[in-house]
Amino acid sequence: MAESDIIRCDACPVLCYIKEGRTGACDRYGNRNGQLVRLDPHIVLDRAVSRGDSLVPFLEHNKEWDGNLLGSHEQFVTAIGAGTTYPDYKPAPFIISSQLHGVDTVTVVTEGIFSYCGIKLKIDTDRHLGAECSIVRAQGEAVGHVTTNEYGSQMLSLGGVRHLTGGTRREGTVTCDTLLNLCNGKPAELEIDGGAKVTVQAGKPPVVDGVLEERMRVGCGSATIGMFARQWQGKVDDVVVVDDHITGVLSEHQAGKLLGIPETGIRIKGRRSTPGRYFKVAEPGTSWGGTNISDPLSIVEGFKPKIAWPGLRLLMVSTTGEHFAYFELNEHLQPIEKDLPEALQQSVARIKENCEPALCTVLFMGGAGGSLRAGVTENPVRLTHSVRDALTRVTCGGAPVYVWPGGGITIMVDVSLMPENAFGYVPTPALVAPIEFTLKLSDYAALGGYMDHVRPLESLLNNQRLGSSAHRVGEP
Amino acid sequence: MNTRAQVRLLDGRRLHLHDGPIDIVLEAFGQQAEIENAYHAAGVRFSSILDELCRELPRLRKSAGECGPFHSIVARRMLAAVLPYTASTFITPMAAVAGAVSEEVLHAMTEAAHLSRAYVNDGGDIALHLSPGEEFAIGMIELPENPSLLGTVTIAAASPIRGIATSGWRGRSFSLGIADSVTVLAHSASAADAAATIIANAVDLPGHPAITRVPAYELAPDSDLGSLLVTQCVAELSAGEIHGALENGLATAGNLLDRKLIVAAALSLQREVGLVGQNLMATPHLESLAHA
Repeated sequence: MAESDIIRCDACPVLCYIKEGRTGACDRYGNRNGQLVRLDPHIVLDRAVSRGDSLVPFLEHNKEWDGNLLGSHEQFVTAIGAGTTYPDYKPAPFIISSQLHGVDTVTVVTEGIFSYCGIKLKIDTDRHLGAECSIVRAQGEAVGHVTTNEYGSQMLSLGGVRHLTGGTRREGTVTCDTLLNLCNGKPAELEIDGGAKVTVQAGKPPVVDGVLEERMRVGCGSATIGMFARQWQGKVDDVVVVDDHITGVLSEHQAGKLLGIPETGIRIKGRRSTPGRYFKVAEPGTSWGGTNISDPLSIVEGFKPKIAWPGLRLLMVSTTGEHFAYFELNEHLQPIEKDLPEALQQSVARIKENCEPALCTVLFMGGAGGSLRAGVTENPVRLTHSVRDALTRVTCGGAPVYVWPGGGITIMVDVSLMPENAFGYVPTPALVAPIEFTLKLSDYAALGGYMDHVRPLESLLNNQRLGSSAHRVGEP
Repeated sequence: MNTRAQVRLLDGRRLHLHDGPIDIVLEAFGQQAEIENAYHAAGVRFSSILDELCRELPRLRKSAGECGPFHSIVARRMLAAVLPYTASTFITPMAAVAGAVSEEVLHAMTEAAHLSRAYVNDGGDIALHLSPGEEFAIGMIELPENPSLLGTVTIAAASPIRGIATSGWRGRSFSLGIADSVTVLAHSASAADAAATIIANAVDLPGHPAITRVPAYELAPDSDLGSLLVTQCVAELSAGEIHGALENGLATAGNLLDRKLIVAAALSLQREVGLVGQNLMATPHLESLAHA
């Protein structure tokens, strides 16, 4: 190894020589690609980053802080790497004052240990992943369950205190591991009892039973009829949009009626909701429109002879445009499959085109309990009130959070907006997540803050050598 | 006084001291005013220790036979702790640095205040203070990443033990041996620290292919161990090999016991444990290892 690969750390008087990829005697500072970096970094996000701009180079080695960047860029200190202990009887590790929009503000920065925490996982797919309330497993351990479906998406609720600490040791460890991976943007393999195997990763399309899910449905079957009815008019006599939720039939649907499309006498299986809208045409599955059918005609019971006519043109299509088939009735009013006419190809392509890319999205959800709040103020409930009154802004690793109404400080945050590897864990097991409370200095004093621990932002930046590690903040 | 050193009350009871590579957690017991005096003294004393050591650091990294004398009291404690071993092996005062720092901070606390009990834990190397009639219960774990309790030791004021140290190849310092951990009880923290290093080095299978060794300088150019081969990885060993390596360590530990350099030692290698010394270490909770 060449001499140049060795750097000398000046973080303390030991002055370690550190080789590339190694750490010094303290295990805190290391040599990463020839740069001295703090390996448990306090990540300082420039607000510009969250607007999608590039990261401002920060406190490079051998470079003095010039102070000006602060005023012009509104540096914001995140809690990542701030450290914590539990319970937090002591003031939070960093209580920092700075000016934001010309107002003296305080940011209380800590890493919270969240025993009560979990993930709400949204998987954009209409494929049936498992029945509601089914157990979701990772490595064979129960880590969560299937919860209420949302529009075009299957929802899983993972983690929570019951799996983390209420079950066996291994259940807790696997749950913690799964949450940690998903929160840190890594993939996780999940298996649903009586359902599918899915590979999920924040910001990436899901893989359902080995098949990459590329698109969300454009809408339910009924909505699809409404959206495309005008484009089908005159080119086809009837359209069935197959959907596990609501299968739509153009000729019976309100949209078809308004366009004056005549009845075709088609009879669809399932339970008719309102005209042209059918529930339960088949069982849920991973094929046509999230049903289990591979032959679309299996949901067609037949045609009423008094109404239907030979030569009737029928398009059957799924809500993603992924599956489609075209039929014409013969003299016995039996549907015969034919090639899709060119005029209809366009409408099928348009369904596809209007489907958004399917993604998995991970929202971390946790509660900032009494102890964590005590690290912020001597009078914890005032912090809760202050958050509720919108005097205090809560962020996680600099990312905006949604604070649930009601008691406590229960938050949800999109992990993809947070810096890379923002989450850690403790063997409890529980997740460690950064959390920052920002408020006006005067408000902080009023709620019983640790005023003697407040220090100016500059002092933190100058005294700590911070590593600016990779960020995925602001990625589209 | 330096501006780097951090002194923090951890949970209203314990004090955390941090400076460069030194991380100490300590706790004093007694009357509240005495505890406050002790914590104040600990913080004041601690804030200059690293600078003192670093002034003499180049010589502290040399073989103990040819490096002294030292100005700093901590350096002198370090040298005194390793001197018994210089005749038979290469050792530098750095082998006792953590224990000596613990001892010095504890000394500052007991000088400044009347305490019933106190401990100073510098990364696992612990100095103890016990006034008559008091005792400490100390738990030992095998591996920090898999903390199952290896055993507990109760140390009473009447026992000669005032220091505990643990060494092993997985730790922050380099080891020449393959022990996962060697915990030593001795009359002082610096003595325990040096002895743990020596015994951990002796738990070994020289030349065994399952052990990956690297010259220390390749990992840390300024290591006091220079070109000595330090353990980087130990593959799964057979029961016979584990037994053989532990026997090597136990022989060394027995020798140190005879020379009254240690009071007791617990050696752990791949879930096997060997004990030396009196019955106060006799009941490790081996069943807890089944969870490992």
